Amino acid sequence: MRSKRRSRFLVLCVAPAAILFFLFMIVPTLNVFRMSLFERGAYSPTETFVGMSNFRALIRDAKFIASMQNTILLIVTVTVITFFFAIVFAAILTREKIRGQNFFRIVFYIPNILSVVVIAGIFSAVYKPENGMLNSIFSLLSGHDVMILWKVQPMVIVSIIIAMVWQAIGYYMVMYMASMAAVPISLYESAGLDGAGRLTQFFQITLPLIWTNIRTTLTFFIISNINMAFLFVKAMVAKGASDVALSFMYNQKDAGLYGYSMAAGVVIFLFSFLLSALVNQVTKREVLEM
Amino acid sequence: MKRFLSLTLTALLLLSLLTACGGAPQADTPDNEDTPDTEDSQDGPAVLKVAALSSGYETNYPGMWQEVCDAYTAETGMEVTLTLEKNLEDVIGPSMQGGDYPDVVLLATGREKGLTEQFIKDKLMADITDVLSMTIPGETGTVSDKLIPGFVGTNATNPYNDGKTYMAPMFYSPCGLFYNAALFEEMQWPLPTTWDEMWSLGEQAKAEGIALFTYPTTGYFDAFFYALMYSVGGPEFFNKATSYAEGIWDTPEGQQCFDIVAKLAEYTAEVTPAQANESDFSQNQQLILDNKALFCPNGTWLPGEMADAPRADNFQWGMTALPAVTSGGDGASYAFLEQIWVPSGAKNVDAAKEFVAFMYSDTAADIFLKGGAVQPINGIVDKLEGDNVLFYSIYENGASAVVGIFSSYNAVAGTVGTNREEFFDPVNDLVSGNTTKDQWVARFKEASDLMRENLL
Repeated sequence: MRSKRRSRFLVLCVAPAAILFFLFMIVPTLNVFRMSLFERGAYSPTETFVGMSNFRALIRDAKFIASMQNTILLIVTVTVITFFFAIVFAAILTREKIRGQNFFRIVFYIPNILSVVVIAGIFSAVYKPENGMLNSIFSLLSGHDVMILWKVQPMVIVSIIIAMVWQAIGYYMVMYMASMAAVPISLYESAGLDGAGRLTQFFQITLPLIWTNIRTTLTFFIISNINMAFLFVKAMVAKGASDVALSFMYNQKDAGLYGYSMAAGVVIFLFSFLLSALVNQVTKREVLEM
Repeated sequence: MKRFLSLTLTALLLLSLLTACGGAPQADTPDNEDTPDTEDSQDGPAVLKVAALSSGYETNYPGMWQEVCDAYTAETGMEVTLTLEKNLEDVIGPSMQGGDYPDVVLLATGREKGLTEQFIKDKLMADITDVLSMTIPGETGTVSDKLIPGFVGTNATNPYNDGKTYMAPMFYSPCGLFYNAALFEEMQWPLPTTWDEMWSLGEQAKAEGIALFTYPTTGYFDAFFYALMYSVGGPEFFNKATSYAEGIWDTPEGQQCFDIVAKLAEYTAEVTPAQANESDFSQNQQLILDNKALFCPNGTWLPGEMADAPRADNFQWGMTALPAVTSGGDGASYAFLEQIWVPSGAKNVDAAKEFVAFMYSDTAADIFLKGGAVQPINGIVDKLEGDNVLFYSIYENGASAVVGIFSSYNAVAGTVGTNREEFFDPVNDLVSGNTTKDQWVARFKEASDLMRENLL
């Protein structure tokens, strides 16, 4: 009797969250799948069933292919660069004695709390063709006027990569610093006695011991990257200059193709889902205990 | 007792959940709009829901729209709730998807989100032809008595070419090329009246290190291109081209339009495409203020938009129509039109029509004028003040007024994008050299054919 009451109580406790999750997460997601099989305007009350024809149009749409290519390029480059710098900076800030460690930690973290619109504003000044920060630095170094148009092909994707990396490094750096701080100093001391140099220590001790953390953040990052790329492209560059998957989806909605836009949504959903699963599989290692 | 408590608490939670969901208005299909809303009549007089874009006019004179709505209430006794937003699409869009429509919407075609275009495509607008013959509330004349001829009847107001009006012309603003009048005086450069004079001015300016042309974003090319088509080929060509007539772009007039844009791209300030986006477009407008570029296509709101920007000494705004193609010909200026319309799903269609009619009353027009918003009604030009006197006199100085937009077509997945995406966004690549003129023209023609095939 008592355990029955207890379990009923538990069910009731969980129910509100479960109902909310079902209503606002599961139902809309299923709805995306359903709507991808229909064609309708965003504001039109009528819809027509078109089967898989939205998906067939999608694979033939050169703009969609291009936007997926941009997305993949951004996922790969931004992830690799961000993780490299985040891990290196974290290792330096935790293991080495540097003056103003906290200062650096805060400075690196600040971009993460800025909104994308503010970041777009900052990078407007950085990328400004005439007397912008980057072009001015290059002009100073090379001794003649450098005029790189950062927000025009072919540099536009590089500009987005730089801004995204700048935004993301701090957050992941702080995460790795936290897990690196948990690695016992004694391990490094004994490795040092055995004659292991700083680099060997990093690869043999630090990296394996924070591997679980890297794996989890990698999955997070890939998923958030797909979202962030959309925000950056939307806020920073001209429409159509370098569309990513989600901005393609968004534009289709504005063109009145709601079903088509949902079909793109389904593909992006499956893509990110599979990619995360794949990354999870590939990075699987034996978990080391400290 | 404990059990009772936990049950009550959970019930409360569930209840609050349900009320939160029920707070959203129930989805009404537009079909049952005819059935009178008994609930509203019981609660008291119906309330008219007005949604308007908060544009530069509202910034010039904050409270403009509320004042007009209050004046309407004073005239007719009908309460008005006003939704006034800069990003109106994002605010009213979601609730409209749920079937809750405002009664009156002021939102022009040609905006990036294309909400008005979607309402045209899906045939979700109420026929408001009878507004034209309605007596303006508080006055004796009808709406069509007051409207300047030529503003109703194009596909900017009658999108289906069936003689029925679905959108009323609300504000108009001449678009033209903006320049620094003081610079032209100082350099003793006459204003170009033909494109040939324009190109020779381009060479002169180049010698001074000034670019001939810049544009804020490619979105400003629609008004530019409309005026160009009209000045090149007159009204007949304009009407054919805006309805994508077969082979229209292979005519000499069509080719001439492409030649002029392609040549203009060569004379465009190099930095323009890098700044032609939502966050940097004002840097392109700044080129005019800094005497780094001569002309920039824009609308009358530009001086207000750049009011606080630094500028060259003695800077003075000037605006001119697009030059003529042959000497002695007429220049052309596109009249950018903001439309007001009634969704067919609106609850108070009749009151909405009355509200639209009221927009043309002297009371409303005078309030709008305080914000610099000019309506196409007789005698309005005499009431203008300041810079606007110069800008709106453009048509009296010989330029043809161009009204109309590209015809709407059904979007088909994966084939053709919006007019702007297909026709004008590539101009950025044309200027930066990533696209050749031939590539642009080929894609332009291909897209135009697809649009014709899918015309509404």
